[in-house]
Amino acid sequence: MLLEVKDIHVHYGKIAAIKGLSLQVNEGEIVSLIGANGAGKTTTLKTISGLRPLSSGSVVFNGQDISKMPGHKRVQLGIGQSPEGRGVFPGMTVQENLLMGAYMRKDDLTKDLEEVYGLFPRLAERKNQVGGTMSGGEQQMIAIGRALMTKPKVLLLDEPSMGLAPMLIAQIFEIIKEINKRGTTVLLVEQNAQQALKLSDRAYVLETGRVVKSAPGVDLLDDPQVRAAYLGGH
Amino acid sequence: MKGDEVTRESTPVKRGGRNAIVHSLDRARDWWEHAKVWQRYLVYIALVVGALILPAPAIGQFMTPGSDWTTVLIYPIGTYILLAVGLNVVVGQAGLLDLGFVAFFAIGGYSVAYYGVEHGWNYWVTVVWGIALAAVSGVILGAPTLRLRGDYLAIVTLGFGEIIRITANNTDEIGGARGIPGIPHPDLFGFKFKLDPAPYYYLMVAAIVLVIIFSVRLQKSRVGRAWAAIREDEDAAELMGVPTFKFKLLAFAIGAMIGGLAGGLYAGKAVFIEPNTFPFILSATILAAVVLGGSGNLPGVMLGAFLIGWLPERFRDLADYRILAFGAVLVLMMALRPEGLLPSRRRKAELHEGTGGMGTMGAEVPGPDTDVSTAEAAK
Repeated sequence: MLLEVKDIHVHYGKIAAIKGLSLQVNEGEIVSLIGANGAGKTTTLKTISGLRPLSSGSVVFNGQDISKMPGHKRVQLGIGQSPEGRGVFPGMTVQENLLMGAYMRKDDLTKDLEEVYGLFPRLAERKNQVGGTMSGGEQQMIAIGRALMTKPKVLLLDEPSMGLAPMLIAQIFEIIKEINKRGTTVLLVEQNAQQALKLSDRAYVLETGRVVKSAPGVDLLDDPQVRAAYLGGH
Repeated sequence: MKGDEVTRESTPVKRGGRNAIVHSLDRARDWWEHAKVWQRYLVYIALVVGALILPAPAIGQFMTPGSDWTTVLIYPIGTYILLAVGLNVVVGQAGLLDLGFVAFFAIGGYSVAYYGVEHGWNYWVTVVWGIALAAVSGVILGAPTLRLRGDYLAIVTLGFGEIIRITANNTDEIGGARGIPGIPHPDLFGFKFKLDPAPYYYLMVAAIVLVIIFSVRLQKSRVGRAWAAIREDEDAAELMGVPTFKFKLLAFAIGAMIGGLAGGLYAGKAVFIEPNTFPFILSATILAAVVLGGSGNLPGVMLGAFLIGWLPERFRDLADYRILAFGAVLVLMMALRPEGLLPSRRRKAELHEGTGGMGTMGAEVPGPDTDVSTAEAAK
């Protein structure tokens, strides 16, 4: 098991956002977290990447308990995240954004840069444009590419389809599949449940800070309750 | 950056004729960005020569008809510039709002005064000691507070500035409310600084040049890149593996050192300091200089500090109305030019962004900072 989240509780002030959530991610999988607004999907990712402290429970990565480790150290262990709202550095060029992903790396970056530009030819064309002037879809590509530059073992993606045109959404999901095929484990948070479930080996359904259901992605696609709640009820 | 190949496109802004001055400032900046190395060095040399002949009485007659120009050049102008360059590290580079910067100025000033008067230490030793003390207090202030963001950090730093002033006011050991008189003047290689302001001015110019070089080097280094990332999106910076807390602390310490240096130089000339030499309004003034000039861009920040130091002195004959006029000028400038007089292109892109990393084209979702600040509000 690559990543294990055990019975975590997370609070914003006095308000409990996550109440005893557990999940596992195996090496090579694509795992999705789906659920309504406020179910705790983003908070779960932030807790795994170390942006939110947990009140109790633990996060174990590669057999090591990282519950107390600060976020920047988790990156070096191999947890890469494309944050909610993309978080592109608006004043940096595309290339500078990507190189920020490699901030702590001392090895040769040429190959990885090429690989990211290979996945996102659009970014290669716009290498020297500043991030803040890019479109939503392009910024999403920067965010994913930048996370890849940290050389993650597991890639956490927070709503990669948010605010994108349908055609772009399909393209982004294709790329996620490709990234996974090349050996990176993916933990995906999505409101776009239909697309996410199709792609995922397994998925967890979150409601008010708890896991209410977990199953292989395709099974959840046929689950009547999930269909009613998250897939438009057809 | 890599020079001309970088196209930092910023949103095109329509400008009318009334903005001609501002427009030419933009042009000057654009020229500078593409200038060759020798051109830049020519400008540097011209600037240093300009700074050296600046105290000339002929210039002074126009600049400050009512008071001694060289003295005004040291305080407020030179001191403001030094402080603004220091605060720019914190506010402009790392993006941390510090409303108590005057505290470090006070610590530098008091250590020169106290150790010089009470313990007879050499002036230069007290300056270095003041810089060290300022850095340490920067870390002491930063360690518990830098987990806060934005407004919260501003409030805590504001409090810190006041604590330092009030502590000085209530500590008899360092003179209490009466302050410390008789601060010894510096001497350098046998040359004794006395009442003539000129040597202090050249000392100030030397300090400013050194601090600028230091600051530019930092900005271009790995540290500067980390600060830029933190300023633009702190969470994203952490996710890139940048130890954001350490770098914020470093920005605080370095800013504090420059503030301490300014305090040391000031005290060496002033002969006398008291707690009210270091009021909150000075923190606000320096912050205004940084923002007015163009936060993050050194030439802009220095221009802002110069104007804010000079304008009230120039219009001294207007008596009490000068502050009113000064305020009006500030409001007007910020209305016409919210990003500052001389912003860097990059800073402009960040400001036009304004949604915490979502971009103008992004969805209607708040930036990554939002839930953190609500969480802190709930604590």
